[in-house]
Amino acid sequence: MRMIANVLRSLGHRAVDGVWRLGFIARFLAMVLLYSGQSFRRVHLTIREIYFSGVLSLLIILVSGLFVGLVLGLQGYETLQRYGSSEALGVLVALSLTRELGPVVAALLFASRAGSAVTAEIGLMKTTEQLTAMDMMAVNPIARVVAPRFWGGVISMPLLAALFSAMGVFGGWLIGVPFIGVDDGAFWSQMQAAVDFRYDILNGVIKSVVFGVAVSLIAVFEGFDCVPTAEGVSRAITRTVVSSALAILALDFVLTSFMFRG
Amino acid sequence: MNRTTLDLWVGFFVAIGIAALLFLALKVGNLSAGSFANNYAVEASFDNIGGLKPRAPVKSAGVVVGRVASIDFDPQSYRAKVELAIDSRYAFPSDTIATILTSGLLGEQYVGLEAGGDEKMLKAGDTIRITQSAVVLEKLISQFLFDKAAEAPAAK
Repeated sequence: MRMIANVLRSLGHRAVDGVWRLGFIARFLAMVLLYSGQSFRRVHLTIREIYFSGVLSLLIILVSGLFVGLVLGLQGYETLQRYGSSEALGVLVALSLTRELGPVVAALLFASRAGSAVTAEIGLMKTTEQLTAMDMMAVNPIARVVAPRFWGGVISMPLLAALFSAMGVFGGWLIGVPFIGVDDGAFWSQMQAAVDFRYDILNGVIKSVVFGVAVSLIAVFEGFDCVPTAEGVSRAITRTVVSSALAILALDFVLTSFMFRG
Repeated sequence: MNRTTLDLWVGFFVAIGIAALLFLALKVGNLSAGSFANNYAVEASFDNIGGLKPRAPVKSAGVVVGRVASIDFDPQSYRAKVELAIDSRYAFPSDTIATILTSGLLGEQYVGLEAGGDEKMLKAGDTIRITQSAVVLEKLISQFLFDKAAEAPAAK
């Protein structure tokens, strides 16, 4: 009897806790947006964060984009040549990258590379009471610490996704044209005929902006909300990576169902 | 790290990010060739459109001159109503013939326009009157078989 009561109690506690966090994250987003004027007035703060989350993620994004493109080239060729249409390799590589793989995989990498670092940094600042100290000095920690990191992520993410897609197309070309011997002209011309700027590329960019907002918000929120102990920070980092990944994939489904329904 | 090198790196990052976007827009996508800013809409109805899809190209003499804007079914005439968005740089005579063609054996289907000889040009909202439906492979095969069957007794 007591066990059932305990189960019910913990279930209720989790539900209430989830709703509480949802409300807090919404209020937090409103605060970040309210105080983000300063991160554009003192633009070097944001530039510094773009350096840390964008520039330092370049290498992993470029290398994984290249490898994803190489694999797409090999796998796509393997299937397409059965139907005698290996020239459509460019179409396959470009569409799958610009529509889905570019934004989604870049966002997943970004969440684990940059999002976790942001959470760790803010969490550690909270643990060592730097945020409280700032508050004491009448410096708003959300305006000084959180908002620049949020905007740095939001600005970096679409650029990283575009780089990922471009690198992937190059990787697919590398496998298709010089390595396998698909005709160069057919590769590009079929790709250009099939990929529409507004329908495919712009929708991909919109996706990456949405993912950028989601990942950055989760990262700064988890850092700001963490339990100020060593264990609490490590848990917050884990939560950032897990909930970012889930949010990216769920948002991707929602956005895809709006964008590419027919 | 002092501020100037950091700014340099961020500038470099933003520049190559925008370069990648431009590469996607111009080289991968068809911003330079395919999407027309100014176009006019012309209607054409077909008995059978086969596998024609919205956004399929409209070609004349092999050159892309527009896109299929929308495809509807007309319940009055039981025909397919296809709206074509044609680049306003190109004017076609009003007796232009619209045909549904296939690029290659299994390629995508597109609308081919064959210019007529009329003095009057098509305007926005006009209808192309002379159309030719898509070739449906099953129909061709069954027709061929019927012809063979009809020929067989005569040959005896």
